[in-house]
Amino acid sequence: MATLKVNGQVMTVDVDESTPLLWVLREQLGLTGTKYGCGIAECGACTIHIDGQAVRSCVYPVGALAGDEEITTIEGLSEDGSHPVQQAWVELDVPQCGFCQPGMIMAAAGLLNDNPDATDEDIDATITNICRCGTFTRVRKGIHLAKTKKA
Amino acid sequence: MTATTGLSRRGFIVGTGATGLTIGILAACGPGGKDAPAEAGPPPPEVNAWVHIGTDDIVTVRIARSEMGQGTLTGLAQLVAEELECDWDFVKTEYPTPGQNLARDRVWGDFLTGGSRGIRTSQDYVREGGAAARMMLVQAAANRWEVPVSECSAAKSIITHTPSGKTIRYGEVAADAAELPAPETVTLKDPSEWKIIGQSVPRLDTVDKVTGKQLYTTDMKMDGMLNAAVKAAPKRGGTIKSYDAEAVNSMPGVKAVVQVDDTAVAVVADYWWQAKTALDSLPIEWQDGEGSDFSSSAFEADLNEGLTASETFIGNQAGDVDSAFAEAAQVIEAQYNAPHQNHACMEPMNAIALWTPEKCEVWCPTQNGEAALAAASEAADLPIQKCDVYKQLLGGGFGRKGASDYISQAVKIAKQMPGTPIKLLWSREEDMEQGFYHPITKARCQGALDADGNLVGLKLRISGQSILAGIMPQALNDGADMVVFQGLLPSGVDPRLEDQSIKYTFPTLLVDHAMRNPPVRPGFWRGVNANQNAIYLECFMDELAHAAGRDPLEFRLAHLKDSPKMATVLQAVADKSGWGADDGLSRGLCCFYSFGSYTAACAEVTVSDEGELKMHRIVAATDPGYGVNPQQIDAQVAGSFVYGLSAMLHQEITFENGETQQKNFNTYNSMRIAEMPDVETLVMPSGGFWGGVGEPTIAVAPPAVLNAIYAATGKRIRQLPIKDQALR
Repeated sequence: MATLKVNGQVMTVDVDESTPLLWVLREQLGLTGTKYGCGIAECGACTIHIDGQAVRSCVYPVGALAGDEEITTIEGLSEDGSHPVQQAWVELDVPQCGFCQPGMIMAAAGLLNDNPDATDEDIDATITNICRCGTFTRVRKGIHLAKTKKA
Repeated sequence: MTATTGLSRRGFIVGTGATGLTIGILAACGPGGKDAPAEAGPPPPEVNAWVHIGTDDIVTVRIARSEMGQGTLTGLAQLVAEELECDWDFVKTEYPTPGQNLARDRVWGDFLTGGSRGIRTSQDYVREGGAAARMMLVQAAANRWEVPVSECSAAKSIITHTPSGKTIRYGEVAADAAELPAPETVTLKDPSEWKIIGQSVPRLDTVDKVTGKQLYTTDMKMDGMLNAAVKAAPKRGGTIKSYDAEAVNSMPGVKAVVQVDDTAVAVVADYWWQAKTALDSLPIEWQDGEGSDFSSSAFEADLNEGLTASETFIGNQAGDVDSAFAEAAQVIEAQYNAPHQNHACMEPMNAIALWTPEKCEVWCPTQNGEAALAAASEAADLPIQKCDVYKQLLGGGFGRKGASDYISQAVKIAKQMPGTPIKLLWSREEDMEQGFYHPITKARCQGALDADGNLVGLKLRISGQSILAGIMPQALNDGADMVVFQGLLPSGVDPRLEDQSIKYTFPTLLVDHAMRNPPVRPGFWRGVNANQNAIYLECFMDELAHAAGRDPLEFRLAHLKDSPKMATVLQAVADKSGWGADDGLSRGLCCFYSFGSYTAACAEVTVSDEGELKMHRIVAATDPGYGVNPQQIDAQVAGSFVYGLSAMLHQEITFENGETQQKNFNTYNSMRIAEMPDVETLVMPSGGFWGGVGEPTIAVAPPAVLNAIYAATGKRIRQLPIKDQALR
């Protein structure tokens, strides 16, 4: 059994403690916005926030949680898609196939949580998500645009 | 000027739904792009489009092509909406199913989405569909008002009777319109009248992609659904000898261990993670087969032998190339290579299948709905009329999801668990091991220069793998694979090959292919053979220019006198980039024609003293004839560069003892944002033709960068990928 606080709600799930948080979110809790891309924390499609920090959930065993952490998924980033990063993403039509974008958005939002004035160098150092469609030029523009927006 | 399309060879189909008008068009369609190998087999497909208008004015455009990120859904809807004169805000899209297509005598024709044909080979009939629908709506309004139709016009989903000023909405006359006969001819707008085509309207499918609401197949859930993880023989040609299901049967959540076929075994469990965990613990013994001893390093000898072999397939030949070489003042030679690569879509292969003795249904991402349906039917052992495939949004396709192997697997598992929906998901490792890989080739490039530095002869020998021989042997042309020669083919010989022809004119030329096929299944990989052919041709053109002591831009332009469109895009990128500027940046050029579009790039790089490459910017130009949505063309250009440059920088699949050595993104890397250059896209539609967008530009980025690296270092990189090589 594990107790998690996800998107503001406390939930208890019957799960082996070694199960990666990704699969608890997707399969037990039905929060399918967070994606599986590699399972080894390389691609970032599974990025969520734990206490506001971007974390790759595919290698994060649910048993490593104390239970009181604030877990945020793409579904909980904002109620209505109004997070500055989401606004910027829509304005610039960033997604292509869109599969990696929840993780990309959570990584970008995590960066701006830490560093609201993130520079190109900060983006290069922090955003290491893979996008095979190749949305990077708009991701970069989107992060800079998000800095100018309010939720 | 307006263009009138003759509809004599087309028949309209009109139907009434409960809520309004539906119009479809049957069109006898000529051959499309030559990279549609199926065209060598069955007769030309029927093609059509459907428009549905509800009483609520909502226009639903039915799209036969698959959306996988390339924006085709939005672009096709723009084409329909333009002629329909509907309010763009009312436009929605939906996919008909392959089963519905079959039931209606293939009214939607071919569902294949590949070869950058989504727009260019659908644009005529979808526009005609929109125009026909508009004419019928206007006629219905005229009939209701009892006025001549010539006094009525339509705009933004409203029909106006000009003399009286009366108006009526599309939704109000849609049902009446559906009762009318379809027009025998439709007149399409002249491009100068376009209001929606050519506009950078936002994509129709963005919002749900930023909130996590967008469902992909892997996100779908059904009552009683179980999850399957699969493992196929890791070695080429391998089969299952035995496995010990008892060892995992009691693991958490496990419901069944299922032999899928001769080559694969699956574990079915409540949750996928449980299935995968059990599968990882499942003892499996494999039986070696043909190809199980294959290694990439040993195959190198076959490729090298092909470079000088005397038996070849000729792709393009002009003039007496041997005499040109015999009389040359200078002969230059170089060898380049292109390794195997995996598509590595972000969404791994997956499908949901539900099988009963009466019916088989599949929900899946696919680039080829009809092939998926056929595969489902075969795997289900049910007549095709008892099967259907519900296409979902693809999390990337790039050619990989034109194959139906994962769909067959899902059905074969589901067939062993009747009545239970089975969601099959491949692990990333499975995706890397079981690819349809970009074919491996090498090239021997030889150029003959006269005393004045003019190129008088060019020989390009391609040695290596044929995609068609590997997966569509019926499409070979007397044994030859013409797809090998993408971008290098002669113009004016075969209309099916015209969109892949070379735009340079050389006094003498010989392009040929020594087919050397490894026991590795190849596939169509975004850009296909244009990728390496552009490197072979355009890096070598750069070598020749330098050997001749000539400016690479001027040298190329000298051979583009017969192709002003290509010269225009090349000159544009050179001008925009500041070719020749002394600003500390090193520049490289490339131009290439493929999938019916003229493309060029100028890369700006620096290489540090330590050999570290920094790609600062790539200026890219494309002339696709008509540009339906310029901001989406820009997205495709920048995106294609990530695909092509990831391959150039990092990506190589190698085999040892028949097994893929690269298992995940840690050993098969893909570009990250830090490596991404700025991309400045010049969309330069010159009109009069329809070219592709998703693939053509991928080919020009790597040669431009490689040529820029040479400009920076004086060192040629001819071995790809460039990872692990010293650039200085």
